[in-house]
Amino acid sequence: MTGTDILALAACGLVAIGLYGLVAQAEVLRKIIAFNLLGAGVFLLFGVVARRGAGAGLAADPVPQAMVITGLVVAFAATALALVLTLRLYQITGAATVAEDPPEPTAPDS
Amino acid sequence: MTATTPEGWLLVLALTLPAGAMLLAFVAGGRHAQRIALGALALWLVIAFAIALQVQRGGAPLAYLIGGWQPPLGMALRADGLSAAMLLTGAVVLLAVALFGRAPYATPRGAQETRAAYAYWCFLPALAASLAAAFLGGDLFNLFVALEMLTFTALALACLDGKPSQFKSELRYLLFALIGSVLYLLGAGLLYGAHGTLDIALLAGRTRADAPTLVAGALMTAGLIAKMALFPLHLWLPPAHAGAPAAASALLSGLVVKGAFVLLLRLWFWVLPAPVVLNGGTLLAALGAAAILIGSVVALRQERLKLLVAYSTVAQMGYLFLMFPLLAAGDAETASRAWLGGVLQAVSHALAKAAMFLGAGLIAASLGHDRVAALGGAARVMPITVIAFAMGGLSLMGLPPSGGFGAKWLLLRASVETGQWWWSLVILSGGLLTGGYVYRIVAAALAPPAPGCEARPVPRAQELCVLALALASILLGLVPLKDLGLVRVGAP
Amino acid sequence: MTAGLLLDLLLALAVLGTAAWTLAARSQFAAVIGFVVTGLLLTLVWVRLGAVDVALTEAAIGAGATGVILLYVVARLRGGEAEISAATPSRAQRALAALLALSVGGALAYGVLSLPDPAPSLAEAALAGTAPLGLGNPVSAVLMAHRGLDTLLEAIVLVFAVLAVWSMAADHRWGGRPGPVFQREEHGPLSLLARILPPVGIVIGIYIAWVGADSPGGKFQGGTILAAMWVLPWIAGLVRPPSVTDWRLRLMIAIGPLTFLAVGLAGFVVAEGFLAYPPGFAKPLILLIEAAMTLSVAAALACLIAGPPERRRRA
Repeated sequence: MTGTDILALAACGLVAIGLYGLVAQAEVLRKIIAFNLLGAGVFLLFGVVARRGAGAGLAADPVPQAMVITGLVVAFAATALALVLTLRLYQITGAATVAEDPPEPTAPDS
Repeated sequence: MTATTPEGWLLVLALTLPAGAMLLAFVAGGRHAQRIALGALALWLVIAFAIALQVQRGGAPLAYLIGGWQPPLGMALRADGLSAAMLLTGAVVLLAVALFGRAPYATPRGAQETRAAYAYWCFLPALAASLAAAFLGGDLFNLFVALEMLTFTALALACLDGKPSQFKSELRYLLFALIGSVLYLLGAGLLYGAHGTLDIALLAGRTRADAPTLVAGALMTAGLIAKMALFPLHLWLPPAHAGAPAAASALLSGLVVKGAFVLLLRLWFWVLPAPVVLNGGTLLAALGAAAILIGSVVALRQERLKLLVAYSTVAQMGYLFLMFPLLAAGDAETASRAWLGGVLQAVSHALAKAAMFLGAGLIAASLGHDRVAALGGAARVMPITVIAFAMGGLSLMGLPPSGGFGAKWLLLRASVETGQWWWSLVILSGGLLTGGYVYRIVAAALAPPAPGCEARPVPRAQELCVLALALASILLGLVPLKDLGLVRVGAP
Repeated sequence: MTAGLLLDLLLALAVLGTAAWTLAARSQFAAVIGFVVTGLLLTLVWVRLGAVDVALTEAAIGAGATGVILLYVVARLRGGEAEISAATPSRAQRALAALLALSVGGALAYGVLSLPDPAPSLAEAALAGTAPLGLGNPVSAVLMAHRGLDTLLEAIVLVFAVLAVWSMAADHRWGGRPGPVFQREEHGPLSLLARILPPVGIVIGIYIAWVGADSPGGKFQGGTILAAMWVLPWIAGLVRPPSVTDWRLRLMIAIGPLTFLAVGLAGFVVAEGFLAYPPGFAKPLILLIEAAMTLSVAAALACLIAGPPERRRRA
């Protein structure tokens, strides 16, 4: 087993941990953190793929690296958006989870 | 080898025009944003039409190499019949919804700019750019970025009204959508590791049924069906789509979910090797069948009009999955029929569902509520809207003459021809159940108004937008099948 | 076992340990700290993988900026215990979630470990495609040329995100300045930092963006540092962001993708086509785009951190 294989397994472990946290935790904020751990695992997998593709004097294949840089920025934007929504939900309704509401009385909708 | 085709620049234009318009509208703001968006969407329709015309005439896909770089290092935009048909559908629906939104999202007199109007007019061209990226993208990672563009746009449109009740369901939607994208990306990483490219055309020749490809296929499929709300991952969709303002609901149900659908088709019929498609297709179709039956039954029991229409989306999306085992199992002619049926279902559902959500929004705005039991009098105040809603319903049921009829008839024939007759039972019972819930609404709307019910008249221009979409979904059924050859160009 | 292998093993265990601890942490605050520590460890992993550009991005955006917005929300979020415990999945559901996570992780491991050897790679092609552009960093060449469309769309995604965040504001607050208002701190450590750091930070940010063409660095990493140098004095109450309706702020956010788009379209006329660079002019054009993008990334990230307007105009 090489060092890259070990880091590959770490990527798989991060994915599993992130996925578990996303499903098994109630608070949205913790779900968002778990989503970021899951994302980190996915990006790490790209890193492993890049490292395996080292060649032509480069320490790693630049194409997957470029994809990770793009992906990190997109993931940050997604996190920011999810957090703003979480904060707004809390400010307006006081809720910190996305659990199903009890059936609301049929008030007229706009 | 991909080479840029002579009209390939049209693809660049289809992507950059709405993207540039969004950026300009973002900077200019206020009333300028509305002008820029309307102008860009009208032009976008012309471009989409030109692309469809070129693909149909030439009988071959269009392609454009970005920066002249050849894949696998570079990336290509491609338009086959599927892309062209979906792009045209997107352009028609978006323009109709934009015109519909001129009344509710006008910047009021005396105000420089209002939040909802500004966001609406920026995110319409944003959605156009996202759809162009999703339908034309030739590289699986580029399509990931397109998926995220769609997610952000859809979320912002869904939250447009800023109603407190919305935030929870939209946040749940965002979480589902993000998990979907990340699983998709995970699979893409594995595919790159195994094959050294994410270009769809190159992958088509390289994949084998080996471990990385299979795991990647499973992860990406799981991510995409979460975004398409296929049963049993459908629970987020009805509250998210029903809670959004009418114009946003129409775009979410009509177009946004179709972005993931096109990606799923690319994955299954271009990237994954044939044996996987043959075995896995039946599983997808079984989930689709469950979605049709369960979605329709739950829709039938809804008390609220918009939730009913949203559950109907769950059911109608189910039909799209029936094409998977039919395409893989049949001979060339049957496969071609299943392909056309599936794509026609996507197109006609987009048109019909957009009309129905806009119609439901008008009804709710006029009556001040959307309780199905108290729709009486609606047909008297807004006959055009109710007729348009019913026409959309005809297409969903699959009654002739309508686009939905063509789609369901083709799928039905293909299922009989491949000996998979059980799917035809699902199609028929789905049609009956759809008839049930559409009848419920139309009958309620035709009933005399309840005492004390005050329905406000709605703007005629908005009603005409609804009618135009509904008419388009019907007229699609009058086009002779041989003229729908566009969809077959470059089909798997 | 060689030293390198041992280091990889230790790093992998540390990453997984902190990630698991992040989930198990009692308070949300502790969870965020766990996440940031995981992110910093990942930065080391990226260096071990030979990806210094990514390591910089991970440190700046993955751990840094994400950590900041998480902390910022945690400080303002006080969830009701009753609601959370009612929504917490039962033991059986958690077991099911664990089973799902383990099977996905296991399948993934199976897939990764059976990747072909030698691995397919575009390293050689990318290197060959870097020299004609006059750049020295192949990752920048891939980002700006070979996969330029990804980068263009991503820059546009940032604008989408800023607008989406803004549009979450309450209607009557439209026209206000992004984010909450912070009290001006005249003396405190924060105020001192906010006065001393920015001049240094801005130079470092611009430097990192500038060297990206030839060595590790670039617009995203540099832009993030610039954003931080603006957010810091803002939190200290020393500066106030412009209103969301201010066209200059909007132009700053959109100028990057607009420039990229304009250069890309100009390629139809002066080069071989969309996003192609005319021979000999590739590097100056790429630097022009990078400069505009650095500004836009900085403005967009700062706005994403600040959030929607929470006060009325002139409040």
